[in-house]
Amino acid sequence: MDAIEQIEAKSIHILRESYRDFKSLCMLWSIGKDSTVLLWLARKAFYGHVPFPLVHVDTSYKVPEMIVYRDNLAREWNLNMVVGQNTKAIAEGNTYPAGKCDRISCCKNLKSEALKHTLSGEWTRQRMNHSTGEYDEDTNREPYTGVIVGVRADEEGSRSKERYFSPRDKENDWDVDDQPPEIWRYYKTDFAPGTHVRVHPLLDWTELNIWEYIEREQIPTIPPYFDQGKGKRYRSLGCFPCTNPVDSKATSVAEIIDELKSGKFANIAERSGRAQDKEDGGGLETLRRGGYM
Amino acid sequence: MENLKNKEQMDIVIVGHVDHGKSTVIGRLMADTGSLPEGKLEQVKAQCKQNAKPFEYAFLLDALKNEQSQGITIDTARCFFQTDKRYYIIYDAPGHIEFLKNMVTGAAQTEAALLVIDADEGIQENSLRHGYLLSLLGIKQISVLVNKMDLVDNSKQVFDNIVSEYTEFLESLSVFPDAFIPIIARDGVNIATRSSAMSWYQGPTVLEQVDLFTKKALDIESPFRMPVQDVYKFTEGNDDRRIVAGTIESGTITAGDKVKFSPSGKESTIAKIESFPEKDIVSIGAGQNAGFTFNPQIYIKSGELMVKVGEKMPRIASRFKANLFWMGHAPMIQGKRYKMKLGSNRIPVELAAVHSVLDASELSSVNDKHQLDRHDIGECEIETLRPAVFDLVSENEKMARFVIVDDYEIAGCGVILTEESIDTSLLEKRVKEREFNWDVGAISRDLRIAGYGHAGKFIVFNVKEDDNRSNLIDEAKSLAKTLERRLFSAGKHTYYLSISNIFDDLSIDNQNSASTLSREEHLLQLGKIARIMTESGLLFITVLPDADDSDLEKLRILNVPNELFIINIGFSNDEERKGIIIDSSLTEEKAIQIITKKLNTENIIPEYVI
Repeated sequence: MDAIEQIEAKSIHILRESYRDFKSLCMLWSIGKDSTVLLWLARKAFYGHVPFPLVHVDTSYKVPEMIVYRDNLAREWNLNMVVGQNTKAIAEGNTYPAGKCDRISCCKNLKSEALKHTLSGEWTRQRMNHSTGEYDEDTNREPYTGVIVGVRADEEGSRSKERYFSPRDKENDWDVDDQPPEIWRYYKTDFAPGTHVRVHPLLDWTELNIWEYIEREQIPTIPPYFDQGKGKRYRSLGCFPCTNPVDSKATSVAEIIDELKSGKFANIAERSGRAQDKEDGGGLETLRRGGYM
Repeated sequence: MENLKNKEQMDIVIVGHVDHGKSTVIGRLMADTGSLPEGKLEQVKAQCKQNAKPFEYAFLLDALKNEQSQGITIDTARCFFQTDKRYYIIYDAPGHIEFLKNMVTGAAQTEAALLVIDADEGIQENSLRHGYLLSLLGIKQISVLVNKMDLVDNSKQVFDNIVSEYTEFLESLSVFPDAFIPIIARDGVNIATRSSAMSWYQGPTVLEQVDLFTKKALDIESPFRMPVQDVYKFTEGNDDRRIVAGTIESGTITAGDKVKFSPSGKESTIAKIESFPEKDIVSIGAGQNAGFTFNPQIYIKSGELMVKVGEKMPRIASRFKANLFWMGHAPMIQGKRYKMKLGSNRIPVELAAVHSVLDASELSSVNDKHQLDRHDIGECEIETLRPAVFDLVSENEKMARFVIVDDYEIAGCGVILTEESIDTSLLEKRVKEREFNWDVGAISRDLRIAGYGHAGKFIVFNVKEDDNRSNLIDEAKSLAKTLERRLFSAGKHTYYLSISNIFDDLSIDNQNSASTLSREEHLLQLGKIARIMTESGLLFITVLPDADDSDLEKLRILNVPNELFIINIGFSNDEERKGIIIDSSLTEEKAIQIITKKLNTENIIPEYVI
């Protein structure tokens, strides 16, 4: 087994472990490259099936191609697609693009809050109806007790300390100071009522691993990751007002891999195009403690 | 540019006493191999400037705010660096005693370790404890970095003393260090490059040594072992496969091979090795995620161990001796039930005996302890309340590893050293004690039998698990109630109890993690209730979904001095079962005839006539 096969095997083991132990399980799908690789791993783990809902928190500011791609794959792969949104904050304009708050508060409103209440079932969830292809209000309001998330340890400091199975308390808080041990193939799969567990099967993957796996498995990707002729592409996809493209002429997965291995991005952090990380000393850590992914 | 497919990946850990310089070593390793992302270095430097403190390599790792304020690594952080030979993930494990569980977490993911000792402070408590834990975790490749050599004037003498003292300690644990390297991590001396300051040292630099670690080959030589993680039956899209899934720990297996599941003893033959996207896979081996379909179809649960017929069988036992490291806040005590995770199985266990506990501050053994306190490393005996399947650490170390869950937390980890026999189980001992102390009423058992015309009996309908189980359970319940009515009409004293009346759910048949202990609890309660009901002279009837031999044996013991009569539903006649087997295709009337005839011939209800 080569390096990619090894991390793939570990990720699949973790996915199966979470499916075994969590009755109310979902997977977050941000429509980015990492969580799409995660979705692909789930199809491998469960032999073509994805036996839990895919939850997408739609900030309404996502790059438009992402939503089209999401719904196409959901139909093609017969996914149980669930979408949540902070409709109130969007309607009231409590967002950075609408000018009423800063970037961090905007992330908090449209991502952290939306996610928290979507997972708990307090806010309406929209579920894709495969017979019409449209979204209907989800009748299932059960809270999810296991949430699979595609974060990677190499993304930034706080993520490098995550566990594969990471407990969150009732307030979604992450107690970094007292994390559960993980030994050999044994993880924390027991949890107190009211708490939930975030599962991170991709912790050991690097950005390069992700693209090499996309190449190897021929996983479908979306155009914004590639240069569309303007000499720019997105390295990390988020909301368009806060995500800047990087200068790059890469037009294929193979070219991205070359760029990451030897080219100009070999030593530049992936999230350098994400503005919210720079707002205070540790913007992302502040967000993560409050439930951000 | 080398292709990733040809470049290995290796996970290593760095351990050692607090403040001996682990984080600085990693910071240097990353910087000196050009593995630092630009963004990270800038970010940390900016933060240092903001806080008016000089930049240190260690800060690179202490990316979290609260960690910097404490100045010590509290949690394991993964860092990535690469050499021409490999990609590395290095786990920075904390050196403070409070965070031993974090150190274990980091170390358990890896196959080689760098252990840092401060040349000036010398060998400290955690230098010893970490050495011991590395050995417990099965990490055999250890290189010792003697850091801060500048503080001892780069003295070869000081270095040699540490080498001989620490080598002696490690060898007592059967650990043989690959190398000792004198370094000054802060200045990068002997990390990636040498320095004239220590020209007496001719061995490898840290970076050279890391590349000298050998990658453990996947264990395809040992017998095939796959803990069954789950059994999938996804019906969507008319998928009718029943796939037994897991990660293979050792050995290899080929489609068409005959396999056995332990402890149930069920056997079948591999029809196909499943995959997605679908490929033709002929054989599969250690380290891989597998899924199999079988012919004939078999019904097993997660938690069983899949092995190959014709190879060495694993051990099945209810008691073993182990080395155990305890990290729970509450001590591990005798008489309390814990959940053990062993392979994919979750088994209720008790601490049966403590033989010795290592005192890391003195490096001696304490022999008079009866419990394991936080951070104790001890040799002890564990008794399992259901049969455990394993190999010894000397036979196949992966199959000897377990953790203990206390409440919701993993609180202990260990390896099995030897299998122990038991004359009398803890349960039998407790039942004996109970019977000895039983305060008997005015009517003796014989008197009651004479009065009722029959003895009290515990009649269990054991229903086999399969795809139509819910129907089968309903049929068995109906049959059990019919039996109750017939017995009553014939003047017998009888009572039917549905277990759903006393337990919230039917989790007695549920093997999932959270219910391991509650299931055990339910069995014990049911056994105690049966003891009372049968003692009062009743023919006490209940229906259990899929009780295995171990469950039934437990009920038998708990119901002592009265007897257990088992009626198996849904099993085929050639299956070896205790009690009688009722073919589920029979009519209810026919089934009742067979049961009552058996009750007659076994003299359970002597004068009973249909």
